[in-house]
Amino acid sequence: MLRLEKRPQPSRLWTYLTPVLAVVLTMLCGGLLFSFLGKDPVLAIRTIFWEPLFSEFAFYYRPQLLVKGAPLVLIAIGLSLGFKAGIWNIGAEGQYIIGALCGAGVALAFYPMEAAFIFPLMVLAGGLGGWAWAMIPAFLKVRFGTNEILVSLMLVYVAEQLLASMSLGLLKNPQGFGFPGSRNLQQYPSAHNAELIAGTGMHWGVVAALIAVIFAYVLLNRHMQGFYIRLTGDAPRAARFAGVSPTRLVLFCLGVSGALAGLAGLFEVAGPSGVVSIDFNAGYGFTAIIVAFLGRLHPVGILMAGGLMALTYVGGDIAQSKLGLPKAAIQLFQGMLLFFLLAVDLTTNYRIRLRRKEAS
Amino acid sequence: MKLSKLLATAAVALGMATGAMAEDKTKVGFVFVGPIGDGGWTYEHNKGRLAVEQEFGDKVETVFVESVPEGPDAERVMTQMALEGADLIFTTSFGYMDPTINVAAKFPNVKFEHATGYKRADNVSTYSARFYEGRAIQGHIAGKMTKSNIVGYIGSYPIPEVIRGINSAFSHARKANPDVQFKIVWAYTWFDPAKEAEAAKVLIEQGADIILQHTDSTAPQAAAQEAGNVYTFGQASDMAEYGPKPRISSIIDDWAPYYIARTRAVMDGTWTSTDTWDGIGPGMVGIGEISSEVPADVKAEALALKDAIAKGEYHPFTGPLNKQDGSAWLAAGETADDGTLLGMNFYVEGIEGTIPQ
Repeated sequence: MLRLEKRPQPSRLWTYLTPVLAVVLTMLCGGLLFSFLGKDPVLAIRTIFWEPLFSEFAFYYRPQLLVKGAPLVLIAIGLSLGFKAGIWNIGAEGQYIIGALCGAGVALAFYPMEAAFIFPLMVLAGGLGGWAWAMIPAFLKVRFGTNEILVSLMLVYVAEQLLASMSLGLLKNPQGFGFPGSRNLQQYPSAHNAELIAGTGMHWGVVAALIAVIFAYVLLNRHMQGFYIRLTGDAPRAARFAGVSPTRLVLFCLGVSGALAGLAGLFEVAGPSGVVSIDFNAGYGFTAIIVAFLGRLHPVGILMAGGLMALTYVGGDIAQSKLGLPKAAIQLFQGMLLFFLLAVDLTTNYRIRLRRKEAS
Repeated sequence: MKLSKLLATAAVALGMATGAMAEDKTKVGFVFVGPIGDGGWTYEHNKGRLAVEQEFGDKVETVFVESVPEGPDAERVMTQMALEGADLIFTTSFGYMDPTINVAAKFPNVKFEHATGYKRADNVSTYSARFYEGRAIQGHIAGKMTKSNIVGYIGSYPIPEVIRGINSAFSHARKANPDVQFKIVWAYTWFDPAKEAEAAKVLIEQGADIILQHTDSTAPQAAAQEAGNVYTFGQASDMAEYGPKPRISSIIDDWAPYYIARTRAVMDGTWTSTDTWDGIGPGMVGIGEISSEVPADVKAEALALKDAIAKGEYHPFTGPLNKQDGSAWLAAGETADDGTLLGMNFYVEGIEGTIPQ
């Protein structure tokens, strides 16, 4: 019989090994799933993981990985700070939407004026918008002790309704023949978050994501606030004795994650997406939760996890069109990744022992 | 910046050219907004795709990607199809409009067809179905069949296409039954079985005994079936599996003839950018079998209405019709022009409530 034995300390080896193991297990089971669907499993896995990076058209797919991965990393970095301290912001999707709305709102208010200050102002508005939206659950938590998981999640749906209202009303393109959706910011040079070097996919959002990774790394390893975050997560009582203010920590963690999610929304709406539309949000805020855990809440890990997740999206779409794999199979494949990660996570904290059957 | 952009475009175009030369089959791509098993909108587009395969056999290869979010993902999927040598790409949701235009600009030799939009280019056509023609027939049957005089309507988004449908259904329901009222619920989704079922239940609780839907799943049909004495209509697809009750008829989008014609045009080299808006007459909109639940006289009236519309003798928006606020819109005998219909953002007189802004 198998028996679980708690390790005195989480295994360092397994901490690094589990994500790799999870990916390998996902490939194996995913391959099995694909073969049940009558597809060549090796070809399918190869299409998803290899094609976007090294195929004939990789010159197009590689930049797309950055476009797809940047918002995930940016949001996940913010979330990971809170998650480390046991502060659960599940509503990044909502903060992402509000950030986009505030940023696009600034741009459209100035339209058609061309000026260098517009884009920086949009960035500011986007970050502030996300921050403000995250402050609602933060304030309710510190003032009334409400559960931030529920409040932040519910606010996603409020934000979605607000998005619909904005695309149909205030921000609607006056030259859009009554159709919903704003003007396209890609056609408004002062507001356009264009590629910094054409054909590379490198836009300001990618830069921001990389800066966020470095910032988070320094914060967690070299800064007192980062120490408090880790301490609160590992030993809440000890943290209280050490003089960590839970109120300030909640405000800090939710604030930073909200601001980063808002920035991600702003960079998306001003760049790759271009328009505020009813279906503007594509689930980055939720996927980022997976990315944060896949990356072990570690800044560098999150960077790699974001890349991996982007790969399964881009590669998954290629597999759909080239091999005729159904979307549901791709989504199942992505879900497996989180499932196996959580499952093999067990080995970090527990040792699996074989136990002989004892006489009863 | 300018030069590098040019080079990038050239590289993309070159990639396209090599991709295209490798294949002598005509490659047709489809970008779908929902899953092909939604039983409604995307299901019918996929049927059109299969019809293209059937028609041309070995001479054609089709590819598709389903449940593509409207935005950068759509742009990537279209680019990917173009890179892999697609000659013709159908993008089947309104939200794909700007992505389609963007990608089309990068691939001047690939033809694009965008459903339900209004932006065109030398290599981008638009096409749409005059769904409101079917709504007129649906409204007539609904007006005759309701006992509670309350008809529930599940709207997706308050956009002209949907508002046109509501107006058409309502004005014909009123003609058939002066006491009829419409209750409208906005689901803010094209496809979300849970939300659609919820909307249907709310409407049924409010006394509606007919449910019309402008969303793509069969969930409202199932909700009506559960409730018992409620009638529904298939939306975009026949949804015959819910007949003869609750589903008493349907409006069907039949994209197959159009998809076949456009694919042939690409093969012949006769493809040009056009704007197609077809209805019952050319067969892009079909009316599904009217079930045995509907009395024979109502059925006969509905079919007569269908014939009149098909022959062009009757336009579903024929005056006298007033706007909701009572101001005159169409004088007696006057018919609505396409421009007004395409941008329709007002209710006709008699509908309660306001269009969400």
